[in-house]
Amino acid sequence: MEFLSPSTLEEALEAKSAQPDAVPIMGGTDVMVELNFDKRRPPALIDLTRIPELAEFGPEDGHTRLGAGVSYTTVIQHLSGAAPALARASRSVASPQIRNRGTVGGNLGGASPAGESHPPLLATDAVVELASVRGRRRVPAREFYLSLRTTARREDELITAVLLPEPAGPQQFAKIGTRNAMVIAVTSFALALDAERRAVGTGIGSAGPTPLRAEAAEEFLAGEFDWENATPPSEAVVRRFGELVAAAARPIDDQRGSAEYRRHALAVMARRALSWSVTDYRKGVTRCA
Amino acid sequence: MAATTRTVTDLTSTTKDGVGASPRRPDGTLKVTGEFAYSSDMWMEDMLWGATLRSPHPHAEILGIDITEALKVPGVHAVLTHEDVPGAKRYGLEHQDQPVLAIDKVRYKGEAVAVVAADHPETARRAMERIRVDYRVLEPVSDSRRAALDPDCPLVHEPGVLEEHPEYNQRGNRLRYQPVRTGAFSGVAGSAEREREVLERLRAEADVVVASEYEVGMQDQAFLGPESGMAVPAGDGGVDLYVATQWLHVDQRQIAPALGLPQEKVRLTLAGVGGAFGAREDLSMQIHACLLALRTGKPVKFVYNREESFYGHVHRHPAKMRYEHGARSDGTLLYATAEIIVDGGAYASATPAVVGVASSLGIGPYEVPNVLVDAYGVYTNNPPCGAMRGFGAVQACFAYESQMDRLAEELGMHPVDLRIRNAMSQGSRIITGQEIDMPLPMAEMLRRCRDLPMPPAREELADPADPRTLPGGVAGTTHGEGVVRGVGYGLGLKNLCFSEGFDDYSTARVRLEVVGGEPVVLVHTAAAEVGQGLVTVKGQIARTELGVEKVVIAPSDTQVGSAGSSSASRQSYMTGGAVRTACASVRAEVFALARERGVVPEGLDDTDLSLVGGKLVSATAGALVSLADLLGDSARGGTVVEHTREYHHRPTEMLDPKLGQGSSHTQFGMCVHRAVVDVDVELGLVKVVALDAVQDVGKVMHPQQLEGQIQGGSTQGLGLALMEEVQVRDGEIRNPSFTDYLIPTILDTPPMRIEVLEHPDPHSPYGLRGAGEPPTLSSTPAIVAAVRAATGRPLTHAPVRPEDIVGIEL
Repeated sequence: MEFLSPSTLEEALEAKSAQPDAVPIMGGTDVMVELNFDKRRPPALIDLTRIPELAEFGPEDGHTRLGAGVSYTTVIQHLSGAAPALARASRSVASPQIRNRGTVGGNLGGASPAGESHPPLLATDAVVELASVRGRRRVPAREFYLSLRTTARREDELITAVLLPEPAGPQQFAKIGTRNAMVIAVTSFALALDAERRAVGTGIGSAGPTPLRAEAAEEFLAGEFDWENATPPSEAVVRRFGELVAAAARPIDDQRGSAEYRRHALAVMARRALSWSVTDYRKGVTRCA
Repeated sequence: MAATTRTVTDLTSTTKDGVGASPRRPDGTLKVTGEFAYSSDMWMEDMLWGATLRSPHPHAEILGIDITEALKVPGVHAVLTHEDVPGAKRYGLEHQDQPVLAIDKVRYKGEAVAVVAADHPETARRAMERIRVDYRVLEPVSDSRRAALDPDCPLVHEPGVLEEHPEYNQRGNRLRYQPVRTGAFSGVAGSAEREREVLERLRAEADVVVASEYEVGMQDQAFLGPESGMAVPAGDGGVDLYVATQWLHVDQRQIAPALGLPQEKVRLTLAGVGGAFGAREDLSMQIHACLLALRTGKPVKFVYNREESFYGHVHRHPAKMRYEHGARSDGTLLYATAEIIVDGGAYASATPAVVGVASSLGIGPYEVPNVLVDAYGVYTNNPPCGAMRGFGAVQACFAYESQMDRLAEELGMHPVDLRIRNAMSQGSRIITGQEIDMPLPMAEMLRRCRDLPMPPAREELADPADPRTLPGGVAGTTHGEGVVRGVGYGLGLKNLCFSEGFDDYSTARVRLEVVGGEPVVLVHTAAAEVGQGLVTVKGQIARTELGVEKVVIAPSDTQVGSAGSSSASRQSYMTGGAVRTACASVRAEVFALARERGVVPEGLDDTDLSLVGGKLVSATAGALVSLADLLGDSARGGTVVEHTREYHHRPTEMLDPKLGQGSSHTQFGMCVHRAVVDVDVELGLVKVVALDAVQDVGKVMHPQQLEGQIQGGSTQGLGLALMEEVQVRDGEIRNPSFTDYLIPTILDTPPMRIEVLEHPDPHSPYGLRGAGEPPTLSSTPAIVAAVRAATGRPLTHAPVRPEDIVGIEL
């Protein structure tokens, strides 16, 4: 197995173009596990840790640009205001050691349906930036996940950044695990309210072959929500929202939980996330007033 | 001889870091800083790496094995199958029923079929992929109840499968059946019809009857250091094996016959052990490494990875249990019946002994006049099960404690009051008729546990919405919604040391000499330090007994006699007893020497003498001589005093096969737990808020280590209560990783208030009781009881799953 260690993005893209089977490695929290357990033997690894651009983050044209190599720890420390749902999701990732190494870019590369980053990226309508020797392009997260562990990334492309829209309302993230830390999601849910566009975003993790959106739930809530004053929605609306989120899931029974439980838990998390959002929204409304 | 100065301080000085103190572990700093050499860290320049080809099927005939292509891989030194096992083809702790390498059949998924030695682990793996095994897949026997009770169930082991024992396995899939009958049931034993009549009569007599089925899942010991070791071929045709194990001599006893070597040519030394909890009592890579080392003439190292480890060691027996209790309206128990089926998996391992514990302790420490217990240990095509902390008592404890709670609820009694009403005490007889001839202050322990201060209520916390204090933790599933608090109690009775006629003696060699003007004691045993802290306790005992501060603990190996297993909470008792006995012999010789040399005034007998602070001291005459002066430097011809002694506990009996009567146990231990939990009743997630314990340990040998044992045991029980289960479906493990087999993190582990009582056992060294296992029994039912209190759900399966709490059927 070859180990390539480019020091610029250009070199990395050339390497990826020359060897599309080469696997990029950043924190190694997924790739190294697969290598150690002999699950995968790629012809080459492309170490991306020496490329400065990938480790950078900051505001850019009304959104936050998050380099693909930024660790979860950094997201938690610096982006809890700019990307609250993603920061909460990052906080729930594994252990401190893993959060120090693991990256949102790596999460997107592996595209496990259980990845913590995906639901917030879906809910907030984030955009994935891909690059190859042919140039750069941007794909909305909502169009990124195609099928089980398959994404819109082409084989010669590297994930370079994620563009996180400026929050325009409350964002929530919650994840079920059967222990209270260091656990893979049994299922997870993210919710984002966008007061400017009067839009609702959702993201569902670990309840289908890919991360999912609950579009019917989004439309329903966008229509029902009191965007002016955030009057608490009726019990019936809250319940219906939960049902629609649960209905959007396509879970299976596996060793982490049953399909029925996943649907049930999504409905509960969706109701709670809505109620927290209403509270936050009202705080925001009060501040503006 | 130099004159000795006698001062007041001499008379009162005691030896530092003796029994009852908390000296630092010699391996503690190394372990904390990551420098300790575990067995997987061993390295030799010319060593080869071993790898194991395992069966992908839970049950299959082997039609042929072709190793030709594997041998062609460059770097491969040997590929071995059952044909290459020169001696005994099978081994086992109690029954020699497990093939070293599968012969004509595989009986569980993960069974070893062939082994490879190569110059790199990757090469060994590639070679393994080239071994062709032709299987004819058979239907696995996966239901333990069917294996126990259905006469038409296919057999896992055909009768006569052991050529040398054609009578082998005439009991079908039942490895052991152990009934216990007392009171009205004892007179009608053997007749199902008359037993039913008695039961009907008792039911009619009872004011309250509670009956339920319970299940305990397969728990993994989840030690952090997977199976590993290195075998080094020796010039004499023998082999030296460095291995992480729990009992060097029982390994040696099983390895040597397989290699066709005499015992003395198979020498074992304990390598750094990364936890055990029973999982290292059976062999894993030991014979394989020795076979390859002897075949290749090179050192061979094995290290399992985590997934392989799940297939490479025995687990806690999953249990299916049916219980019924009848009581009078005041809570007095009238009768109890229990059917306990433990799944032994494909090979016997310790299953018969586990059945012996589950049956004899099946009803717990409660006075019940009429008892009927049927306990079965069965063969299936599931992964083999054997020893794990609690050893059969854990499973029964979950059931009988759950029954006590149900009964209390039916009667409208406080669960502690019901338990006190029926509590055993010193002089009570357990259901096997064995008298508890040591203190058992159960009622006092229950009262103390109930009276422990409660943890603060949620609203009293500094930040009641801190996710780390809530069920679901940092994943943020609740800000307090759906959270209900519950309190539950549990207790358990555990036998300590080996039972049922087993003479699990221990041996210690103790040497006292003077080195560089200073007395030094060497303690040498074969006892396995598996993290429990025996290495510290051995030194403490030597210091207390011989009054010498400097103690050297020799590496554990088979150059000294057996120490028995580091299991059954027995090493402080047994190896502690052996060290103490050997020290007593050394001390007696020192006294004799002192008399010989005229240091002891006439008229003083040995009871007046002791060794304290490096001196021989008389209670009446004060310090008599320093050991340095008495013995002289060993390098300059001084006297070396050395004794090797065995220590045996009192003999025990087998249970009789019909009524299950007999004094089968050596010692009893008990822990009482109170659990306080916060449950998110809508999501089925649990946060244990407090897990407080009262345990009687007879004598505290090392307060800090004892606390660690109680905390660790309680946490292992917490794992079984809430998350730890090896999920097996049709013989396949669905979660063989720490990603999906969850063990508690520090955030899942609550603060623990621990009260320790010291009522000495008159039969044991220092009055001590084994302490490691009892908390593992009682914490599980206490936590599940607390979750029941919060949810109102019956929760009959341990671990409790989120589905069980929210009411989704699995």
